[in-house]
Amino acid sequence: MLEFGDIQHILLTRAPALTGRYEFLSFRNPAGGRAWLTAIREKVHSAKSMRESVEKDKRWITVAFTCNGLRALGVNETTLATFPEEFREGMAERSAVLGDTGANDPAHWVDKTASPDLHAIAILFARDIAERGRCVIEHGRLLAECQGVEVLSSLDLEATPPFDYAHDHFGYRDRLSQPVIEGSGDEPTPGSGAPLKAGEFILGYPDETGSGSALPQPEILSRNGSFMAYRRLEEHVGRFRDFLRENGRTPGEQELLAAKFMGRWRSGAPLTLAPDKDDPALGADSQRNNNFNYKHDDPQGYAVPLGSHMRRMNPRDTAVNMNRRRMIRRGATYGPHLPEGTPDDGKERGIAAFVICASLIRQFEFAQNVWVNDRNFHELGNERDPIIGTQDGTLEFKIPKRPIRRKITGLPAFTTVRGGAYFFLPGLKALRWLAAQGKPS
Amino acid sequence: MSKASDQRDWTKPAAMAIPKGGFFPDKVEKGRYGPIFPRTPACYGFSILAKIIPGREEVFYEYARNIEKTITAQPDALAVLKLHYLRWVLFPIKGDTYFMYQGIFDTDFDKYTEDAVALFGATGITTVFENLEGFPKDWKTNAPAFVKFVREHQCPSFLEYAEYPFTSAEEIKKALRVKAALSDMLDQMQ
Repeated sequence: MLEFGDIQHILLTRAPALTGRYEFLSFRNPAGGRAWLTAIREKVHSAKSMRESVEKDKRWITVAFTCNGLRALGVNETTLATFPEEFREGMAERSAVLGDTGANDPAHWVDKTASPDLHAIAILFARDIAERGRCVIEHGRLLAECQGVEVLSSLDLEATPPFDYAHDHFGYRDRLSQPVIEGSGDEPTPGSGAPLKAGEFILGYPDETGSGSALPQPEILSRNGSFMAYRRLEEHVGRFRDFLRENGRTPGEQELLAAKFMGRWRSGAPLTLAPDKDDPALGADSQRNNNFNYKHDDPQGYAVPLGSHMRRMNPRDTAVNMNRRRMIRRGATYGPHLPEGTPDDGKERGIAAFVICASLIRQFEFAQNVWVNDRNFHELGNERDPIIGTQDGTLEFKIPKRPIRRKITGLPAFTTVRGGAYFFLPGLKALRWLAAQGKPS
Repeated sequence: MSKASDQRDWTKPAAMAIPKGGFFPDKVEKGRYGPIFPRTPACYGFSILAKIIPGREEVFYEYARNIEKTITAQPDALAVLKLHYLRWVLFPIKGDTYFMYQGIFDTDFDKYTEDAVALFGATGITTVFENLEGFPKDWKTNAPAFVKFVREHQCPSFLEYAEYPFTSAEEIKKALRVKAALSDMLDQMQ
């Protein structure tokens, strides 16, 4: 039985928010950090309280900590040593594993998330801009009262129009394939597989092996917690649209090329089920839009290219142990919408997302290292993920086609990593335990 | 095929001398579980040497018969490992029996470590590893401990050679399939 009252809401629920804000914090002294946590933890929803009050609430808050943040709150080295090595090293240190090189190198990140001074994130999702404004002011007041708690950077989130469905700045429909946790009460959509054991995402529960990995100690700190990889990914919308125009003679060809990169039409319709022509009704239909496989439906990639984003991020029945590689995704878009037909204005826009999993090394880092940035994924030889892979203009993208495949060479980078970090997402009891660090027991 | 995908010439046999320790100091690539041993003309590989627990020799021979049966029943059982060859050897040193597990494969071991652990659990491949001194008892749920054992017992090559360098098993199989298909086509045209 999942302890819904102790699990932070972001793990199990998605807030009905159109806006949000992330604030990246540094604790210059432990007492200030604990004072901030003592106050803010009262406002953090558990999955239980979120579900009970979602209709009337207007804002939802999540807090999480880097390893240095736990240390800054007063957690001792013996305890920190029980956390996995990749978390202790942090995302910036793991750049070689993640493929964050060249323009994606942490040295170029813009939000100070690569700094060892990054200690915590406060995530706000708000129903509307007015509520966000109110919360920002309120949080500013709290920060002013907590000595030594500084905002390193912040990022405002905005949904991009049209607002009737979730999509990124490139126009791709989002949130189509999410794993479902056993016991969460959610039902997987057709094709999404059976619900997965909670231990794949939440610490302290059996995982798909039937047991679970060793937990950070003490148990009160780790139970009902999870790990979270943050990625701020700029989307170069002008470059993406230019590329489609330069490589497709007609609007139809351009749409097909966009679909081949993703594996789905921008409407969300998968190429496996709609290989030649977009089918927006299919794209919007959650009972049909995820119901396919590759091994028998599309082994050569004639519909969904072997190197496409969707096929890399979830190879489905063409990879083994898929249940050990799944991840929960949360987040939102940021930056101004760039209307179609408008020249790029040079402003940063993109996706600022969280990947939530029980093991960063086994789930998130595997996906980055093997699926996204392995040039030889599926024997492709010289490719990386065309949407989120590290691209330097020297790689290609092959589109299987009868009689002869199409090969695009010199693929540009459509996205650039602008920030990132590894966080530990404690349960609510653990937040209380952390806030009490340093007090005599 | 290899030439096209790797910009390497599979038609020219190649040898590579490898520095002591198994890494080229200026080209060490960081993997999820530590530094990655370099790819050579003979692909990736490992040679794991460990002392067996005394008196367990017969387990190894029984294990060999089991693996043969497993592969006969399920020929793609080891597909995830992207192998060319595996060799299992027992040999004596000063009255003790040592075991060598040598593999040649197309992907660095780091990438599919957890898949390998899961596979070993499912096929019983590591029943033999459990008869090695120092093998972690919790290997099924502790991939880092498994990796640590493998790394500690890995004896890297100091020289590797390939008659057809940098060619993957999948490319070889594709070439053989094309040859078979061409042969079939020619038969149909008689």
